[in-house]
Amino acid sequence: MSLVLVLFALLMLATAVALWRGRREPSSLREGRLSVLRILLEAGWRAQFLVGMLLGGVVLAFAMPSALAFEVDRSLVVMAAAGLLVGFGTRLGSGCTSGHGVCDLPRLSPRSLVATLTFMATGVLTAVIVGRLLGGAA
Amino acid sequence: MKSAFFAGLSGFLFALGLGISGMTRPDVVLGFLDVLGAWDPSLLFVMAGAAGVYFVLYRLVLGRGRPLLAGAFQLPTRRDIDERLIAGSALFGVGWGLGGICPGPGIVAATSLALPFLVFFGAMVAGMLLFCLLFPKDAG
Repeated sequence: MSLVLVLFALLMLATAVALWRGRREPSSLREGRLSVLRILLEAGWRAQFLVGMLLGGVVLAFAMPSALAFEVDRSLVVMAAAGLLVGFGTRLGSGCTSGHGVCDLPRLSPRSLVATLTFMATGVLTAVIVGRLLGGAA
Repeated sequence: MKSAFFAGLSGFLFALGLGISGMTRPDVVLGFLDVLGAWDPSLLFVMAGAAGVYFVLYRLVLGRGRPLLAGAFQLPTRRDIDERLIAGSALFGVGWGLGGICPGPGIVAATSLALPFLVFFGAMVAGMLLFCLLFPKDAG
């Protein structure tokens, strides 16, 4: 059901974009200005990487749904707080477990060693405290 | 066209790896971080495995001198350790210990459309935008 809603929302969004772009002079679809493929090709590697990730997620959702199970005792408020901290912290610290941990540690970057040790420390401390408060994750 | 394909392929493989290794599951991540609970060392092996593969491959790749589909390699150049690195990593760690998800898995898990993951993803984007608002010179 939620998939249907998302698809509907995307269709409405595409319609809105089409209406907005058509307000001056309508351009032929064949000219490719509204082509999703063209948008992707010109979007830069970051957007392309992201799209690849989302496709991977969709494949997982069908082939290995257990990978995307949410089985911890955390309320939506906690997940929202977690998301805010992760989003802000990653940008402020210029990286996360993948950036500093997987990519930069093998390059023997002292900067990433400090970053990794720091987030490991606060991560463990937070998880231990919250785990005792809430009685464990699983 | 080719570089777009490989950028997408990288993301695709990254997502699959995260999912198969269990990193998209907060209970697996928190099982590692909560060292006083029923400890699950999986995350350590995943990180070691990934870092190990990267360690070997990046030397081989950089040894070529030039990438196949671009003019030059783009590598991080910063070596300094400043307050932002530490503060940011610390904050990230708290969020990670709270929710058991970090950015990569957060994006992948959001495709399940499960509400907790969507909430996390939305908040993560909001947190990133908040950074852009507070530090406009560094945004981008």
